[in-house]
Amino acid sequence: MSVDSKTVKKIASLARIQMDDAEVEALVPELNNILGWVEQLGEVDVTGVEPMTAVIPNTLRLRDDVINADPLTGGGVRDKVLANAPAPEHGFFGVPKVIE
Amino acid sequence: MTESTYRIQGATGDWEVVIGLEVHAQITSSAKLFSGASTEFGAEPNTQVSLVDAAMPGMLPVPNQECVRQAVRTGLALNAEIHKYSRFDRKNYFYADLPQGYQISQLYHPIVGEGVIEVALDEKDPDSEVRQIGVERIHIEQDAGKLMHDQHPTMSYVDLNRSGVALMEIVSRPDMRSPVEAGAYVKKLRSILRYVGSCDGNMEQGSMRADVNVSVRKPGDELGIRTETKNVNSVRFVQQVIEIEANRQVDVLEAGGEIVQETRLYDPDRNETRSMRSKEDAHDYRYFPDPDLLPLELTDDFIADCKSSLPELPDAKRKRYETELGLTTYNAAVLTAEAETARAFEVLLKETAGKQGKAETDVATQVANWSLSIAPGVQKALEVTADHEHNTPAANAAILAMVAGGSVSGGQAKEIYEIALKTGRDPEEIADTDGLKQTSDTGAIEEEIEKILEANADKVEEYRGGKDKLFGFFVGQTMKAMKGKANPQVVNELLKKKLG
Amino acid sequence: MSNITDLGIKAIRDGVRDGTFSAREVAEAFNANVAAGKELNAFLVETPEHALAAADAADKARAAGEELAPMAGVPVGMKDLFCTDGVEATAGSHILEGFTPQYESTVSANLWKAGAGMLGKLNMDQFAMGSSNETSAFGNVISPWRRNDGGNTDLAPGGSSGGSASAVSGRLCPAATGTDTGGSIRQPAAFVGISGIKPTYGRCSRWGVVAFASSLDQAGSMAHDVTDCAIMLQAMAGFDPKDATSLDLPVPDWENALSGDLKGKRVGIPKEYRIDGTPKEIDDLWEQGAEWLRDAGAEIVEISLPHTKYALPAYYIIAPAEASSNLARYDGVRYGQRELPDGAGLQDMYAATRAEGFGPEVKRRIMIGTYVLSAGFYDAYYTQAQKVRSLIARDFEQAWEHCDMILAPTAPSAAFGLGEKADDPLAMYLNDVFAVPASLAGLPAMSVPGGLDGQGLPLGLQIVGKALDEQSVLNAGLAIEQRAGFTARPDKWW
Repeated sequence: MSVDSKTVKKIASLARIQMDDAEVEALVPELNNILGWVEQLGEVDVTGVEPMTAVIPNTLRLRDDVINADPLTGGGVRDKVLANAPAPEHGFFGVPKVIE
Repeated sequence: MTESTYRIQGATGDWEVVIGLEVHAQITSSAKLFSGASTEFGAEPNTQVSLVDAAMPGMLPVPNQECVRQAVRTGLALNAEIHKYSRFDRKNYFYADLPQGYQISQLYHPIVGEGVIEVALDEKDPDSEVRQIGVERIHIEQDAGKLMHDQHPTMSYVDLNRSGVALMEIVSRPDMRSPVEAGAYVKKLRSILRYVGSCDGNMEQGSMRADVNVSVRKPGDELGIRTETKNVNSVRFVQQVIEIEANRQVDVLEAGGEIVQETRLYDPDRNETRSMRSKEDAHDYRYFPDPDLLPLELTDDFIADCKSSLPELPDAKRKRYETELGLTTYNAAVLTAEAETARAFEVLLKETAGKQGKAETDVATQVANWSLSIAPGVQKALEVTADHEHNTPAANAAILAMVAGGSVSGGQAKEIYEIALKTGRDPEEIADTDGLKQTSDTGAIEEEIEKILEANADKVEEYRGGKDKLFGFFVGQTMKAMKGKANPQVVNELLKKKLG
Repeated sequence: MSNITDLGIKAIRDGVRDGTFSAREVAEAFNANVAAGKELNAFLVETPEHALAAADAADKARAAGEELAPMAGVPVGMKDLFCTDGVEATAGSHILEGFTPQYESTVSANLWKAGAGMLGKLNMDQFAMGSSNETSAFGNVISPWRRNDGGNTDLAPGGSSGGSASAVSGRLCPAATGTDTGGSIRQPAAFVGISGIKPTYGRCSRWGVVAFASSLDQAGSMAHDVTDCAIMLQAMAGFDPKDATSLDLPVPDWENALSGDLKGKRVGIPKEYRIDGTPKEIDDLWEQGAEWLRDAGAEIVEISLPHTKYALPAYYIIAPAEASSNLARYDGVRYGQRELPDGAGLQDMYAATRAEGFGPEVKRRIMIGTYVLSAGFYDAYYTQAQKVRSLIARDFEQAWEHCDMILAPTAPSAAFGLGEKADDPLAMYLNDVFAVPASLAGLPAMSVPGGLDGQGLPLGLQIVGKALDEQSVLNAGLAIEQRAGFTARPDKWW
C-alpha cells in the first residue's frame, strides 16, 4: 500500500496537524519509504498467533471506589488543573467558540 | 407475539420504522472510572477534576472496581452473557470536551454480551402486547466534559467535572418498530438499572441519555440507511426524535433522495433534528487497545458475588405480587415499576402484617390500595412527598390496623393520616383525642336504631312493603344519629336484622 | 583526593557517609560543572537550588547521626520526560514550552525519597523520538567525545536520552535518569562510554513520565558503572498503584547481590544479530565480550531468535500508533503552547497548534501512527505487528531454554556526526536494530562500555536478561566491566 498526497492530507487532518502543500509533498515519499519497509511484516506467518496484549504477564488491578484516596489522582485541585492553561476563564478552560 | 402495526403513511405507501437505541447510563460510583475525583453532580466548574481527568502529561488510568462490578451486575440483570475477558480500547477524536484526545471505551471485547429485555407496551394492562428487545452488548466507557457556549462572546468554556465519570453504554438490537416500543424499552431499562442500583436513571441530570438510531423501509424490505441522533435525554424526546426522523427520512426518500448515514442533533425547542456537520470528519476513530491498561479478567468468584448481590428484579417481583400476594395486574405493575415504590410497599406490608398479626398475603390488598390511591391522595392535597419525615411505616400501619379492626372508618383514616403527616402525632392517639373513631358498639347503635324506627314507623311500613330503596334512608339516619362514627358495616347488619 | 566530579554514585554516597566530603561540596561541584558545560547543551533547565537543598538535608541528617538514605547526597540529572513539581517540563518539544507540572513523577519522587537531589532537566529527542538527540526543539546535545582524527566534528550523544548521556559522560552529573522505548537508554550509553540499564517493563512506574509509547516506555538509570546503575535503579523502581502496568513485586537489593562470577550461567549469542555491514570492530568486540564472559565462568551458546529481522518494522508500527494517540492531548487547551490564528475555530486551533508545536520527526511518527490505525488498515498493520511482537517474545522464551542471558552489540555503529543521518529517517531508525527486540518483549537490558573503535570512540556491549532477572544482567555487565578495563574518557573541550 502506498500513500498519495490526498491520503497524506487526510491523515494530517485526522491527526490535526496543519500542513501546506509543500510539506505534504515532502512527506509522501518519506512515508512511502517507511511504509514500504514495515510492510515486510506481511511475510510473517502469524497463523494461530494472538496479538500481544501484556508484554509481561500481569493482571489488571482494580482500585477501590474511594474519593481522593490518593491526593495525586484525586479531585479538588482546580488551581493545579488550571495552572498551565493558556486561557483560564473563571475556573474554566477557554477555547475558541464552538458552534455545534 | 404480535408485530407492531405502527407505520408512517407516505405518498408511496406505508413505511416501517426500525429503531435501535444506545443508552448511556452513568454508573453509580463515588469516584470516577479511572481517577479518584468525585462524581457528584453540580459542583463548581473543574473542582472535581484530577490531574488524570485533565490528561496532564504522564497521567495514567487505573480502573475503579465498583464500576466494573456494576456493569457486571447490570449484565446479569439483563440475563446477558458476562465476558470474563474484556479490554479497554481508545476511541480517538479531537474535541474540547475530551482532554486525552481519546475516550477510553470497549470496542473489540466488551464486558457484557447478548441479553434481552422483555417489554410490555403497557405494563398495567394484563392484555398488553409484550416485545423481546435484544441487547447486543454493554460496555464501560468514560464520559466527556462539558462545553458552555453562552458565557463569552468569542469563547466556549470547558468544564471537566464530568470528564472521566463512568458510563455503561447499553446497545440494543434494532428490534423496535414504534415510538411506543422505544419509550417502553427505555422505561423498562431505567427501572431495571434502578433496581440493580447501577444507575440512578436521572435523565434531567444526564445520568441517562440515548443515541437514537432510526431508519425506515417498506415492510419486508432490507434495512434502510440509519441516522443517529445523539444525546436525547428524556423518554418523550426519544419518541419525538423517532417520529420526526422517520417522517423526515420518508420525505427524503419519496422525493427521490438518499439518506446519509450521519450523526444528528435534536433541538427540543424547534422540535427538529439537524445534521452535526462539525463531527462529520471525525468518523475514523482509530480504535486500538489502550496500552496503559491490561486486559480485564473476571474471576468466577467475582461474577458469583455480583450475582448474589442482585435484588429481586421488576418482572419477578410483579409476578410474585400477582400470584403470591393476590394483587391485581394493575396494582402489581404500578407497585413494581419503580424500585423505591416497591421497597416502600414491602416495608409497609411487613409492618402492617406484624401490627395486625396476620399473614402478608392477608393484608396485601389493603396495603396496596392504601399505598397506591388513598395515601398519595392525602399527600398530594398536603403537597408533601412520600419521603416526608412523618410518613413512617409505623404510622401508616397503625392507621391500617385501626381500619382493619373497624375502629376507624375510611374517611377517618384519611383525616388521621392528614393530621399525622402535619404534626407527627401518633395515629392511635389522634383517633382517641380527636374523636376520629367509629363505634362498633352494637348496644349504642341498636339504641339509636330503635329510636329511628319508632320515629319513622311509616317508612318502616313502606320498606317492609317492598320499597327497598328506603334502606339507605335508615342507614343515613343512623349514621347521623351516631354523628358519623358508627361502623357502617355494623349499622347495615343491625338494620337488616331489625327491619326484617 | 581526585576531583569530586570524577566520582560516581557509590563513591559519593560512601564519601558523604564517611564524612570525606559534605554533600554540599558535591552539589556545588556538580552545579559548577553544569554551569560550565553549556556548550554541550545537555541541560534544558538547571536546578542548582534543588541539588543544594537535598545536599543540605543529607548533611543535616548525618550531623544528627541519622542513618542516611541510599542516595543521600548524590545529585542527579533528570531526563526532561519526567515531570518534577514546579520545574518546567517540555519533553524537548515546543508544544510544551512553559509547561510547569504541578506534580512529581513517581520515579523522581522515589529518587528524592532516597536522598538524591536534582541538578536539572536534561535535553532529549523531542518526545523521546530519535536516536541522535537532533529532534529536540531546543538544539542538539553535543557529545563530549571527539574523533581522534584531529577534526572537531560535533558528534551525536545518541538518543533519545542524549542529554543524560552527554551530561554523565562529561561529568556534569554523576548519574542521570533515562527512558527507553526502543533503545533510548542503551544506545546513547554506548555512544558516550557509560553504562545504562532498562529494567523489566513495569519495574519503574510510568506515572508522571511524558508518554511516548505506553507498552514500551520504561525508565532506567545511566551512570559511570554497573554498580552505580544498580544503586540508582533500585531507588527508582517499585510498585506504584497509580500505574496499572506497574509490577506489584518487591525491588531486589541488586547492589548487594552484584557478582561478576558467572559460573553455571549460559550466555546466548543470537546468530540473527550478525548483520551484513556491521563494522568489524563491533563484531570483534562482541566476540571479545563473549570471551570475557567465558572467563567469568559462563558457558557461551549460540541461540536463534528467528524473528529478529521483523522487530524493527513491528516497532515502527506499534510505537508510532501508540504515540499518535498519546500525543493527542497536546492541543493547546489545558497547557503548553496555543496557536490561534485570527478567526480560527477550535479544530483550526488544534491543527495550527500542533503544526507549530511538534517537530518534523514527531509529526512523521504521528502521521505513520494515524495511518496504520485508520479504517481499513488497522488489521494489516497494527494487529499484524502485535502478532509479530508475540512471536518475538516467544523467540526469547524459547531462547531461555538454552541460556540465561543474551550478549549482543548495543548499536550497529559508534557515535556518528551530528547531521550525518538527519536526512534519512530510515537510516536513523536502523540504529536501534539490536535494542528494539528486548523492548518489544519488555525484557531487562543494559549496555556497558567495551572498548574504543579506531576513531577512539566508545562501543557498547548489550546484555539482555529474562523478565525480572535484572540481577543476571547487572552481573554479566559487571563481569564485562571488570575485564574490559574501560577507563577512557573524553578530554574536556567545552
